[in-house]
Amino acid sequence: MKDFLKDIESRFQTTDTIQQKECLAFTTVDKSRAIAMVTWLKENAGYSSLILLTAVDWIEDGVFQLTYLLNNPENGNEIGIRVGIDREGATMESAHHLWENMMTYQRELKEMFGIDFPGSPRVDESFILEGWDDIPPYRRDFDTKKYSEETFFPRPGRKTNDPTQYMKSKLYPKD
Amino acid sequence: MEKDFDKKALTDMYKDKFLAPENEKRQVAAPDGSIIEIDPLDDYFCQERPKELKPRKGAVEKFLNWARAESLWVLGFGTGCGSIEIPPLVTPRFDMYRYGVQMRPTPRQSNVFIISGYLSVKTLKRAIRSYEQMPSPKYIIALGSCTINGGMYWDSYNTINRLDHFMPVDVYIAGCMPRPEALLAGFGKLKELIKEGKGEKANEYARNFDWYKANQKKIIKDWNMPDFNW
Repeated sequence: MKDFLKDIESRFQTTDTIQQKECLAFTTVDKSRAIAMVTWLKENAGYSSLILLTAVDWIEDGVFQLTYLLNNPENGNEIGIRVGIDREGATMESAHHLWENMMTYQRELKEMFGIDFPGSPRVDESFILEGWDDIPPYRRDFDTKKYSEETFFPRPGRKTNDPTQYMKSKLYPKD
Repeated sequence: MEKDFDKKALTDMYKDKFLAPENEKRQVAAPDGSIIEIDPLDDYFCQERPKELKPRKGAVEKFLNWARAESLWVLGFGTGCGSIEIPPLVTPRFDMYRYGVQMRPTPRQSNVFIISGYLSVKTLKRAIRSYEQMPSPKYIIALGSCTINGGMYWDSYNTINRLDHFMPVDVYIAGCMPRPEALLAGFGKLKELIKEGKGEKANEYARNFDWYKANQKKIIKDWNMPDFNW
């Protein structure tokens, strides 16, 4: 795996390579080379199985970090390709031509994070949020508690206790 | 409870934007060969409001209530994690057939709807549609704390908090999750209510229909189905 990681580093100028364990590594690549790298991994390096495509919202850096997690069925190795894309007007090249199920992940990311994948089939259809009219809910500036309180008729009377204080008052009422 | 509610305006607002393909106006060949235009929202569904069922007199109503209580037919529609509590009920250990409770595959054949756990907005839409297609008198059992105040999903962007704003609930079963025994106890409670003549929530739904519809439409933003689903 180490030689392989060196090889892709020289090919695609990957950075921040971390090898988590013998068969799992993560590496970061520039947005412009990402799809080329995923294609190369699938066609030439045996990473033919897509495990998932997911995103993380690094709101402080203004970046969405996409992770393409691929698996090599022959030797069981897994590699995660991390790609940072701008949070403003987030777009990413579509990879639905490589794996058919990629279009479902991309559709979900479009709905949950608002990351656009132009050309991906059915990417604009609603996935699980039908008729959503707020900012995408997985973005970290979306306040889910406030939205729920405004929308879903909260039942009054719900209160929560701080566990430490509550147990103190129960166990040592005199103090 | 009742609020001013302009049904027509709401329906028109959502009609074009979210209309489901099967509900679009289209031309169809009639059996005699002529071409007719149909509008499924108006033509395929009854446009009458739900009606309250008036109780019969004296012993007849008592007999009917007894009969209703002893044949609870449950719609096979699992809506959350709680639906996993229903298969054990059918198996010999709990065996709900002893109590006259059995599962039915379609809303037209059933009169009890178990809302088994949290309802996402997407599922709520289907649940309302199924509930309205059930013949009256019909009853709702709300299973788990999610249906009472949202449970552990109380601050979620996608699950409703209290069910009784959208559908009338006869019996709540608290717990997360309630065991099948609790569900059987809930059926027992529902039977008691029906025999006492208190299983009147379908009538309440008909009475406060506008209020329920307004609440439902506030949550379901892509209302692309008919207002009257029967």
